[in-house]
Amino acid sequence: MSDRQKQLRKPIAATSQMKKLMAAHFLEIDEAKKTGKQKVAWCTSVGPAELLHSMGFLVYYPENHGALLGATRMATDVIPLANAVGYSPDICSYLTADVGAYLKGVTPLTKAYGIQNIPRADILVYNTNQCRDVQDWFSFYAREWDVPIVGIHTHRSIREVQDFNIADLVSQMKSMIPTLEQVSGNRFDIDRLRDVVDLSLQCTKLWRRVLECGATKPAPLTFFDATIHMAPAVILRGKPEAIEYYKLLIAELEDRIKMKEGAVPGERHRLYWDGMPVWGKLRELSDQFYQLRTNVVASTYCNSWIFDAFDPKDPFESMARAYTELFNVRDESFKEWYMDNWIENFSIDGVIFHDAKTCPNNSNNRYSMPQRMAKRLGLPTLVIHGDLNDLRCYSEEQTRTNIEAFVEQLDQKTG
Amino acid sequence: MTLRLAGGIDVGSCTTKSVIVDDGGNILGSHVLYSGTDFEGASDIAWRETLSLAGVSSTDSICVFSTGYGRNSVSFATNSLTEISCHARGCLHYFSGPMTIVDIGGQDNKIIKLDQKGLRVSFKMNRKCAAGTGAFLEEMALRLRLPLEKLNDLAKQADGEVTLGSYCTVFSGTEVLEKIKSGAALDHIVRGLFHSVVKRILEMDTFTDTVVMTGGVIEHNPFLIDLLKTHIQNDIVTPPHPQIMGALGAALYALQEAPHNMD
Repeated sequence: MSDRQKQLRKPIAATSQMKKLMAAHFLEIDEAKKTGKQKVAWCTSVGPAELLHSMGFLVYYPENHGALLGATRMATDVIPLANAVGYSPDICSYLTADVGAYLKGVTPLTKAYGIQNIPRADILVYNTNQCRDVQDWFSFYAREWDVPIVGIHTHRSIREVQDFNIADLVSQMKSMIPTLEQVSGNRFDIDRLRDVVDLSLQCTKLWRRVLECGATKPAPLTFFDATIHMAPAVILRGKPEAIEYYKLLIAELEDRIKMKEGAVPGERHRLYWDGMPVWGKLRELSDQFYQLRTNVVASTYCNSWIFDAFDPKDPFESMARAYTELFNVRDESFKEWYMDNWIENFSIDGVIFHDAKTCPNNSNNRYSMPQRMAKRLGLPTLVIHGDLNDLRCYSEEQTRTNIEAFVEQLDQKTG
Repeated sequence: MTLRLAGGIDVGSCTTKSVIVDDGGNILGSHVLYSGTDFEGASDIAWRETLSLAGVSSTDSICVFSTGYGRNSVSFATNSLTEISCHARGCLHYFSGPMTIVDIGGQDNKIIKLDQKGLRVSFKMNRKCAAGTGAFLEEMALRLRLPLEKLNDLAKQADGEVTLGSYCTVFSGTEVLEKIKSGAALDHIVRGLFHSVVKRILEMDTFTDTVVMTGGVIEHNPFLIDLLKTHIQNDIVTPPHPQIMGALGAALYALQEAPHNMD
């Protein structure tokens, strides 16, 4: 990208506030580990964070750490260390990057916030709604630190979320409570849980509004912006600061909409991104789409932190429903219905499927979905092969050519 | 009156191809050379040779488009397009849609589908691995100590073939060594290698309508077409010079943008 184009690119002003929130989050956890004044629970990204907050834990999300390792391009250097101790290069590269970084004794938190080590967990809490790998990932640390591990085993590949699914998941969550009470030293309080669920609900509603701004033509934000600005929805949900942050961000995006200010000036094509981001190549991909005057305006990935089901009146049931309604948990027919709706509402011209080598659960091209979609919607689709973190699985030039050729195809369609 | 001319340079990972066309899209000259490591130098030489072959002395009014892996290394090109678009454009010069283009290149394979009007419906490139590309045959020729140009005749003359099962070029190399150890005939091994290329192509996509085969690997190893015919029912055709389809397509796109000469 030329210097001139870089100058033209208008950054999102709210970013500076988000950086402060992130720093405060990590420093608070680091401080708690140093002083021992509050217990730290590790939680998978769509694990029962509301329950953990309600019981007084500080919550740390290793998947976020995995993404940071990817975005800072540390991942590809440390993954081989995990491979060498038996964690295959074919399994989740969040896991292998995180374990590799631990084995090497490095973390991107050092450069960003001056934090020397990731926080040692007092308890590890997972939900297999994302994949089975999270359980194996957390089990590594449970063995390493000899700390308790508890988890929810979500029913997978389901079309509709049924009452029996919910009943089972509620029962699994409730069965964690004695262990959580023991580790935290706090008694479970249903009213406290209702308050946290309410905060998460407010956060998720605002996050949905942020993403829905992308339906405007021209879109005021890109998928690449959203992968950054989703951080509060991921790691601060259940906390008031996430709500305040999204109010600030929405005000800025709505200003852009009023002024008809697109994140990609001269937006010609609008794309949907399915699958994981390529964390180590966000900047390059964002620049390429910018130069092609093409905006990736919607994605499955960023939508994964929209939890419409939260309801403070029924905290356990609504948490179970929210965690299970997730795109990743559902069968192909639901996924297609879901994507079709977003594609229609966001005036999408084409869909890019990222086939992430180490993330089969979130690579939705693998059962012929792009071919069915192209036929059903008459929409061009493209599969790019890469990975979320392991850049050994990514060919820069081939990806660039594929994207450029795809945009040429869209140009041909629009004349 | 001076003819309106246009040029196309396809800087591939293996070879650089250059074409010059006249107003009617007729090829006046073309040249192919190894790209080496200096793409800019290779494109300069290819273009100069092409001009010389075409008997063109002044380059002032010639619009040139570049394509291919090194498309951004051609300093004198006024625009660049991907090889996907340019191969399609080149094939449309000889055949009308609908068609499935199969391009076997030095390091990547492409399947491009065009509709009745010649508009692109879809495309696929091979995944990160270069299995089934020209690089695979080059590597195997090296292992067998065979000149590349002998492969086609050996595959064609073979009255049998060995079966190679691996996706991977390195593992295929090991399989080839095993076949040699067990006494397989050289031509049977080469035919097995050709079949391996065809299998990699067949698993990339479905084949609809007429199949147009292009690329340097097809230009120099046309027996691959015969082998593909044993697997699919579609008509298979090739343009006169399959290797230069990308460069020709680039030249034809350039022609659309070339200024009309007013004298």
